This record gives sequence, structure tokens and C-alpha cells, in this order.
Amino acid sequence: MNENLFTSFTTPVILGLPLVTLIVLFPSLLFPTSNRLVSNRFVTLQQWMLQLVSKQMMSIHNSKGQTWTLMLMSLILFIGSTNLLGLLPHSFTPTTQLSMNLGMAIPLWTGAVITGFRNKTKASLAHFLPQGTPTPLIPMLVIIETISLFIQPMALAVRLTANITAGHLLIHLIGGATLALMSISTTTALITFTILILLTILEFAVAMIQAYVFTLLVSLYLHDNT
Amino acid sequence: MNQPLQRSVGGEPVCSQGLRPLCSAERETLGVRECTCISDESDGLLEFCDVPLKEKKLLEVKLGELPSWILMRDFTPSGIAGAFQRGYYRYYNKYVNVKKGSIAGLSMVLAAYVFLNYCRSYKELKHERLRKYH
Repeated sequence: MNENLFTSFTTPVILGLPLVTLIVLFPSLLFPTSNRLVSNRFVTLQQWMLQLVSKQMMSIHNSKGQTWTLMLMSLILFIGSTNLLGLLPHSFTPTTQLSMNLGMAIPLWTGAVITGFRNKTKASLAHFLPQGTPTPLIPMLVIIETISLFIQPMALAVRLTANITAGHLLIHLIGGATLALMSISTTTALITFTILILLTILEFAVAMIQAYVFTLLVSLYLHDNT
Repeated sequence: MNQPLQRSVGGEPVCSQGLRPLCSAERETLGVRECTCISDESDGLLEFCDVPLKEKKLLEVKLGELPSWILMRDFTPSGIAGAFQRGYYRYYNKYVNVKKGSIAGLSMVLAAYVFLNYCRSYKELKHERLRKYH
């Protein structure tokens, strides 16, 4: 049982070749591009959704912050599609791997921080000390703020990994429990209902992306615009 | 130059004088062959009437020609990439890029994805079957 539970999180390798590359690239197939003004339903829907999300997300930035639009929209599309594809049976979710999420979080956070430090040095350094702190507390608070700054990329990555992995594990467990309880019929209905609710909650993995990009966004906002 | 065909009573194609019938051996459906009458002097054009093996589609290749057809295919990286691209656009233009596309276009892709993942993880799933002896 223990070995079965975690085998779904191992990176897929077929005959020694990394199949994970193909799985990571698969969501790109589901977002076709079209250079027509009026395209087919699929592309139109996606364009409408993307416009909605980008307007919602990027309206709070100034022109300098809005240069990050392409990056952030690609990010939300990628994480959203990857998480949703992971809800299909037997599929592998790349965002359950901490390595991948760290690879996404650390460069983006570093870019935002360095942009802030280069363009508004004083304002960026001023973030380390909130306004109105009593003088004896200043050294401790600077340390705390530094720690909270450096923990941001770790928190971003670990948050995504933990949420998705935990959701998948729960589905596995509860699904297995349902199968095992099938012979005892009274509890089966209740367990199946729990699975349904859990899956619905897991559909809000999309909300996870929202959280991811939003957090990143807030960080960028803070560092760029003060 | 091509004149309408006249069939004799026995079913053999007959052309008027100075012409001979040219029948397509590959389009033999229901025992009827497409034939036209071409002039006797146009022998030099015959090789252009036959489609070379390399450019035939799969369903037009005869069974005996199949190994040589497979070997003649373009297996360079750009050739394989071209094959994937053609396949993608064939599916896209048939099911997605239509006026009233439905959910079926996306569902088929996702179903194939699920199936491929099942094949990939069959080795581990084998042990989870409800059997007494695995």
C-alpha cells in the first residue's frame, strides 16, 4: 500500500528516456494560436478567458510592471492547465515535483527583487523596516523582515507542491478506501460522496494558480511600485 | 486527344483507330477500371501517368510494395517533425477549426492522453488488480 501510494509521483521514464519532457510540453497542444480576427470557438473562448484574467491581474500595475504581462499570463496558463490535466485518471502532474516549482518560483522572485533594487534602491531597502516601529525593536525587526523576504520563493514553491500533492494523495486514499468498503454497502455511499466533494474542491486547483500568480504579482507590485 | 471510351460486348475497352486504351490498374473497384483512349504516339508520356512509389498515400500502396514504401519514408528529424505537424493540423482542421466546434474535439485528445498514461503506468497498475495470485 505504501509503495503504491507514492509511485504515481515518480517521474515517468520510458526505457530510460525522460517521458516527463513530453508530459510537460503537452498542455501547449491545448492552446492553439490563431491570427484571425474571428477564429473557431475553442480559440475564441481561450482568448476571452485570457483577456479577462489579464485585465483582472495587470490593471494594478504601472507601465513598467505591465511589461511582465506575457510572463505572468504564460505562468498562470501553464500552472492552471497542468494542475487540471493532473486531475485526469492515471496522469502525471509536473507541479507535484518540488524541483519544478522551485525552478519557477526562484527566478521570478529574484527578477522582481533585483528590478526593485536596481530602480528604486532606497524604497526597496525601506521595506525591511515598517513605519512606526519603536527604536529598541529595530534590529530584530530588520532580521525578521529579511527572513520573510527570503522565504518568499520557498513559500511559493512549497505551497504549490504541497497543495497539489496533498490533493492527489487524498484522492488516491479515499478512492482506495471506497473500493475496499464496497462489500460493506452502508458506508460506500458516504465515501463516494466524500470523493465527489474532494474532487470538486480539487478543481479549485485553478484557484491555486490564482494564488500563485497573485502572490507573485503582489511581490512584483511591492518591489516595483512601492 | 482523349476520346470517350467505347466498350465492346465482351467488356474489353475499344478505341477508334490510331488510339489505344490506357487503363489505370490501381483504381480497380467493383471490377471496373477507369480507361481512356490516348494516341499511339504518346508513349513517352506513360511514365508520368504512374505515380512514383514515394509519393503514394498509405492506402494506395499495394501490400507487396509496403516494405519498400516504409523504407522510402523520410526518417530525418525534419521529416518526422513534418509528419507530426501534418498529423496535428489534420486533426485540428477536422475537429477544432470548424464553424461549430464541440467538446468532442478536446475530449478525444484528453481521452487519448488518459489512455497513453494508462499504458505508461500499466506495469505498476498490474499489481493492483483484484486477483488472488498476482
